[in-house]
Amino acid sequence: MADAVAVFEEVWKSFDAQMVLRGLGLEVPRGMTVSVMGGSGAGKTVILRLTAGLIKPDRGRLWVLGVETGPLREEAMLPLRRRMGFVFQGAALFDSLTVYENVAYPLREHTRLPESEVAARVHRMLDLVGLYAVDGKLPAELSGGMKKRVGIARALVLEPELVLYDEPTAGLDPTNARLIAELIEGLKARKVSETSMIATHDRDFARAVSDLVAILIEGRIAQVGPPEVVFHSSRSDVQAFLGGEQR
Amino acid sequence: MSPLWGAVAGRSRRVAAYYGGLGLLAWDVGRNAWLPRRYVPLVIAEFDGMGVRSLVVANTAAMFTGMVFALQASVYLSRFGADMYVGPLVALSIVRELGPVLTAILVGGKVASGITAEFGSMMVTEQIDALRAIGVNYVKRLIVPRMWAALLVFPLLTVLADLIGLVGGMLVAVYERQIDVYLYWNTIFYWVVIRDLLMGIGKSFFFGVIVTLIGAYNGLTMTGGTEGLGRATTATVVEVSVAVIIADFFLTKLFILF
Repeated sequence: MADAVAVFEEVWKSFDAQMVLRGLGLEVPRGMTVSVMGGSGAGKTVILRLTAGLIKPDRGRLWVLGVETGPLREEAMLPLRRRMGFVFQGAALFDSLTVYENVAYPLREHTRLPESEVAARVHRMLDLVGLYAVDGKLPAELSGGMKKRVGIARALVLEPELVLYDEPTAGLDPTNARLIAELIEGLKARKVSETSMIATHDRDFARAVSDLVAILIEGRIAQVGPPEVVFHSSRSDVQAFLGGEQR
Repeated sequence: MSPLWGAVAGRSRRVAAYYGGLGLLAWDVGRNAWLPRRYVPLVIAEFDGMGVRSLVVANTAAMFTGMVFALQASVYLSRFGADMYVGPLVALSIVRELGPVLTAILVGGKVASGITAEFGSMMVTEQIDALRAIGVNYVKRLIVPRMWAALLVFPLLTVLADLIGLVGGMLVAVYERQIDVYLYWNTIFYWVVIRDLLMGIGKSFFFGVIVTLIGAYNGLTMTGGTEGLGRATTATVVEVSVAVIIADFFLTKLFILF
């Protein structure tokens, strides 16, 4: 646990009558990209939202960046969240702000940088995600893949220690999905994002970008390991999931 | 448990949860009331959106309320030969009750439904979660600037509505009922005291808080996608109107005590 950026210990979470996580245990080591795979409604997004403190566990303990987040109030979570980046499935861009303003938003909220430095950082980040000459566009004028990349730029602009990606390839065509995979790999190679947690059901994507893959079945992690080990697992439940029998 | 009892119990729980949630939001807003300097432009923008863009609605309603009140009052007071009291009757009704209440209902309905629609839409598209994920205190960023703007806008609109209402009453009293214009204003200044004016303005501060809280809470707790957003917006208009009228009774009782 010493060098883990996120640790789940016996975490339970339900929504109304539906139990989603049932005593989940998971460690995300620093410097690694960990993909959580599971079927629709298995609780992948719930794990990311718990990590960011957007929701609280019903039971169990959770440490993020060395801090136990369970007892923390909303205001106490804010400094911790500034050390994380969250890429939402639907990008969740601020629809009344331009692309530039969306990416600049975290800088303007949390730093006292002069506008010239803000502009330099925003443009560097937009270049990194492969977006050029879209500064003045509103989110409604962008394609799905472009929105995701703006979402990634916004999540990374404060240079977070932990980046959470929620289904980064969902709803994208294969070309755009591959672009996103290359982008995440490239960001890691350039040390822009050190540690990442990714919720995905896309096996090829997980294989391409992950150091570790965790398979979530029935509210628990069934197996964690390097992609080549997990994808050739001898465990029947993991094989059933990967074979498409469990969704 | 009988179906009737079950329905009553379920409804009671929902009502308790609603008012509990509203109370918690009020507490959160109070705790975050201080704003950093960079959020001051947000208050100014909200002031413009709530106040300046509501002038026509609020003043038109005030003008015609004053006119209709003067018409009714003069008809009945003339039966007792008391036409000279049209001015004070119109003024006291408008300054103490109709000015703040009508402004709160009309402008409040517009403002609160706008807040509900905006916050509800932000909830649906996860923009509020995005703000939280960036480490932004969304109560301070989204709700508190609107609260400060409402605390400035509602009293100012009320004062303006009072004035316009009195002018409306004067137009009817003078041109329709041939009451002397000096008599109209002199009797108003004789019978209406500063305390009457302050009572109405005092109420408008509370109405501003009620409007903002209901609008924000309904937006943040909205469920059911775009259809739910429509329901929440409609519910906000109704709830603001009812809440203002109920609060008006208790505030009047309170102000009479002091």
